Amino acid sequence: MNLFLTISFSSIASGLHNWLGTTIQSHMLAMVTEMVIAGLCLLVFLVPLCFVLGYMERKVAAFMQIRLGPNRVGPKGTLQIVADTVKLLFKEGLTPNASDKFLFNLAPVILVVTCMLAIAPIAFARDFQIWDLSIGVLYVSSISSIAVIGILMAGWSSYNKYSLLGAMRSGAQIVSYELSVGLSLISIVILTGSLRMSDIVMSQETGWWIFRGHIPIIISFVIFLIASTAEINRAPFDLAEAEQELTAGFHTEYSGMKFAMFLLAEYINLFIVSAIAATLFLGGWMPFHIGHWEAFNHIMDFIPSSLWFLGKTFAIIFIIMQFRWTFPRMRVDQLLTLEWKYLLPISMVNTILVTVMAIMGWHF
Amino acid sequence: MFLKEYFGTIYKTVKSLLTGMKLTGYYFTHPKEIQTEEYPDNRATLTMFDRFKGEVVMPHDENNEHRCTGCQACEIACPNGTIKIITKQELQPDGKKKKAIDTFVYHLELCTMCNLCVVACPSDAIKMAQTFEHSVYDKKQLKKVLNNPGSKIMEGVE
Ligand code: SF4
Ligand code: SF4
Repeated sequence: MNLFLTISFSSIASGLHNWLGTTIQSHMLAMVTEMVIAGLCLLVFLVPLCFVLGYMERKVAAFMQIRLGPNRVGPKGTLQIVADTVKLLFKEGLTPNASDKFLFNLAPVILVVTCMLAIAPIAFARDFQIWDLSIGVLYVSSISSIAVIGILMAGWSSYNKYSLLGAMRSGAQIVSYELSVGLSLISIVILTGSLRMSDIVMSQETGWWIFRGHIPIIISFVIFLIASTAEINRAPFDLAEAEQELTAGFHTEYSGMKFAMFLLAEYINLFIVSAIAATLFLGGWMPFHIGHWEAFNHIMDFIPSSLWFLGKTFAIIFIIMQFRWTFPRMRVDQLLTLEWKYLLPISMVNTILVTVMAIMGWHF
Repeated sequence: MFLKEYFGTIYKTVKSLLTGMKLTGYYFTHPKEIQTEEYPDNRATLTMFDRFKGEVVMPHDENNEHRCTGCQACEIACPNGTIKIITKQELQPDGKKKKAIDTFVYHLELCTMCNLCVVACPSDAIKMAQTFEHSVYDKKQLKKVLNNPGSKIMEGVE
């Protein structure tokens, strides 16, 4: 039991690091090996994660629409996504004749690669992080804005009017909502004084920012949720796909595994956005502590930090999924009104409030 | 004035969005609300809702008697020629001849389940049944004769 408690992700990681350092003489080679292992772990984590999210989405959607959802393949339909993947594997990855073939095949790769990159600075557990760089928050927000290039590329190279319309909508949408996302991230950075993910998590040792930051932080949390839902093109902001008007928007022409890559990117993006929200506002892997209730805090400490992180992330994923299955899609003008008339001015004023709060030391 | 309107819009939006989320949240946490019928599994207990119309049938009582007089009102009422009534002249005990039904032909493949024939029938001879497993391999099997062989009209139905 004692042994079990001392094993954590960070001890495994540092043990591996030391072992590689001693067994492989060349420093360079050891580092490359470590990177490959980290990349493999990421893949092994992400693909099942997408299965889980895909299953979760279908079940959540079904229950919210008073249906049952998948329930035939495997116990309670859990293997449905596996069956779907096998189906996609067997499908022909068609490339339209008139399309720009190079860009057409490059676009899904760009999307997947950007979201894989954006995962790097996320802290999964105590001291367990792929890359703890000093500008973590900035890095994530800049990497994730590359995704729009992938989407535009897919839409443009498909040589299909629906794809192009979808891609253009998505461009307008992501570029506008990026602002609100950035401003709401900044409000946390102001309070922490650091862009480093691990610093941000450590700063919430005495309480999560959403509790300590009063109303301004709650507002920026809500704005972050709304704007990032728009950034990852999920309903009610899924104008880029808009099945009813644009068949499938920018990925109309994609089939087989190339289509699967879009799905993969969508779910990884969903995970990243929720993980960032959990890290910045809900304390990442930090356990839930209440002031001076020592006994209570101790019990909370016994829950592994990775579970805290995943629990918070999945709670936010659930909320974003509930958005999707509750709200109808917005029109383009409503979308832009929401951003430029409401979210942006509010988050600007909110940033000023947070700054004043940070200077005066009014937060807990 | 402008500010009041601005924040009023935000308040109304947030309120209506939260109302929606409350409803979906309620459905999510209350699986008993689920409407889905797991059809082939629950065949034994499946009950269709009242207004469901599956096909036109002609009820017969235990003496193999139906209520159809052969008046052909249903045939005239049917908008797409689903019903064909073949009549014959039957000799009454008092020596008079009377029109009676020989065959009630019903083409299920043409029927739109519009219920007009049932409404048109003056003697309540036909009604809509709730069966729905109608698929067959040969179209000819969809042509049905509704009156049972050897059946005759009930006493007292005119
Ligand atoms: S239900 Fe309508 S279509 Fe069918 S037989 Fe009666 S009148 Fe004709
Ligand atoms: S079913 Fe009714 S309407 Fe049709 S022929 Fe018989 S009595 Fe007349």
